[in-house]
Amino acid sequence: MYAVKTTSLTKYYGKARGIIDMNLTVEQGDFFGFIGPNGAGKSTTIRTLLGLISPTSGSAEILGMDILRQRDALLSHIGYMPSEASFYPNMRVKDVIRFSADLRRRDCRMESKILCERLALDTNKKIRELSLGNRKKVSIVCALQHMPALYILDEPTSGLDPLMQREFFTILEERSAGGSTIFLSSHVLSEIQKHCRHAAIIRGGRLLATGSTKQLGHTDAKRVRLRGLSEPPALEHMKDIQTDGDSVSFLYDGNLNPLLQTLAVLPLTDVSISEPDLEEIFLHYYT
Amino acid sequence: MTLVKHELKQGKPALLIWTAVIAFMLAVCILIYPEMETQMNGVSAMFAEMGSFSAAFGMDRLNFGEFMGFFGVECGNVLGLGGAFFAALTGISILAKEEKEQTAEFLLTHPVSRKQILIQKLISMLLQIVILNLIIIAAAILSIYAIGEKPDVRSLSLLFLAYFLLQVETAAVCFGISAFLSRGSLGIGLGMAALFYFLNIIANLTDEAGFLKYITPFGYTESADIIADKCLNTGYLSAGLVFTVIGIGTGFFRYCKKDIL
Repeated sequence: MYAVKTTSLTKYYGKARGIIDMNLTVEQGDFFGFIGPNGAGKSTTIRTLLGLISPTSGSAEILGMDILRQRDALLSHIGYMPSEASFYPNMRVKDVIRFSADLRRRDCRMESKILCERLALDTNKKIRELSLGNRKKVSIVCALQHMPALYILDEPTSGLDPLMQREFFTILEERSAGGSTIFLSSHVLSEIQKHCRHAAIIRGGRLLATGSTKQLGHTDAKRVRLRGLSEPPALEHMKDIQTDGDSVSFLYDGNLNPLLQTLAVLPLTDVSISEPDLEEIFLHYYT
Repeated sequence: MTLVKHELKQGKPALLIWTAVIAFMLAVCILIYPEMETQMNGVSAMFAEMGSFSAAFGMDRLNFGEFMGFFGVECGNVLGLGGAFFAALTGISILAKEEKEQTAEFLLTHPVSRKQILIQKLISMLLQIVILNLIIIAAAILSIYAIGEKPDVRSLSLLFLAYFLLQVETAAVCFGISAFLSRGSLGIGLGMAALFYFLNIIANLTDEAGFLKYITPFGYTESADIIADKCLNTGYLSAGLVFTVIGIGTGFFRYCKKDIL
């Protein structure tokens, strides 16, 4: 039995593309990354799995249960964090958390108290007084307090400060060690590379690649920007070369030594070597 | 019943304000009646001769010199319109607000079926209408007692019943519409209530437009008819029941299949 299994899952919004022919499997107990640029169809896939939207064609199972026929049963095993954490603005944090537990007919007071303490969340505040980061924390507690078997997290770290991100992933690692499955959607490659064992890459509504994170992360590519040159240097493994007046920029995925040696003798006025953004990686390595 | 409790809490401020305003206005209308009564003798005759203007409000058939006649017109405007607006606003926003505030995603990813959510939302809607009416009726009875009038209990009860049913029907129709909306809905709610009200006025003006009484719930709240006949018009009521069922049915049908974006 898979934690998540989709079979030719397709969703069109009228004529607009959502996802096309998605065949995705996530093993139980896996820490799974679901990665792709904005608008790739990550949220559409997740919303279909959760029954918020109904598929145009194809089917999907979660923990062996059909997403259409057994929707209510499977939702009790899922902890979901939406990308936009919106709650009833005039409710207090503790009331929202309690309401979520009540809707699940569960008493989660112990667990929610622990989570709120670990995340430093003030439960007496009203939702409308909260910053995005704090609303995200409420969302985390609501998704985690009932100890679900499957966590579906849609861009969970946006808005969280680095300290909280670390605490959040520590909690997730604990849950993962306890046997739960974690399905993490993100456009932050480093996040996925650091925590996930397996990942799927999605673009333009289609699954491009799926496998272990190591395998997929072969792109140690760097974005190199040089100033003081009008021609690109003589190097191999360059892609997406752009020249603009006295500056040159390219993606480099070869060894660092030849790059540094070449750069050392060039009359440069400025150098920057940075992580390429995901959009670039997709564009040049997964198309 | 978690959601019923939640809905009632969420709707409490609006319910309190609407109830207070309607109850206050109704009480004021009743309390000034003794003052008006002395000046009313000539007024009824005048209204009766104002032709279609009076007919539009049913004033050609009501005796303003009597308490029930006065109450019928005043009640029709205050409780009829106020109640209809409250019911329409509650109904139109009950589903749409979740998507507008983006809380639908939170609510619908809990293990509660959509059918169950709709049932609980309907119950809370009905409860709010009941609470509004109970308080308003209590305020009206107290005010009537205060000015020492002895109104006809049957007519009075039928009037209150008719207004209650009007609110239920308006709320149910708006509930059905609400399932199709995902943002800005209040204008449509207010529009529906106003539309119903004016349809009845048009129906009062000309016999040719009489069929409109079957469409608008204000058809069966016409105080002139209720006070004269001492019963509610079953034809209009049945039509109202059909619209109520269609409204709720449409809401269920649509919302259970709706894509929440």
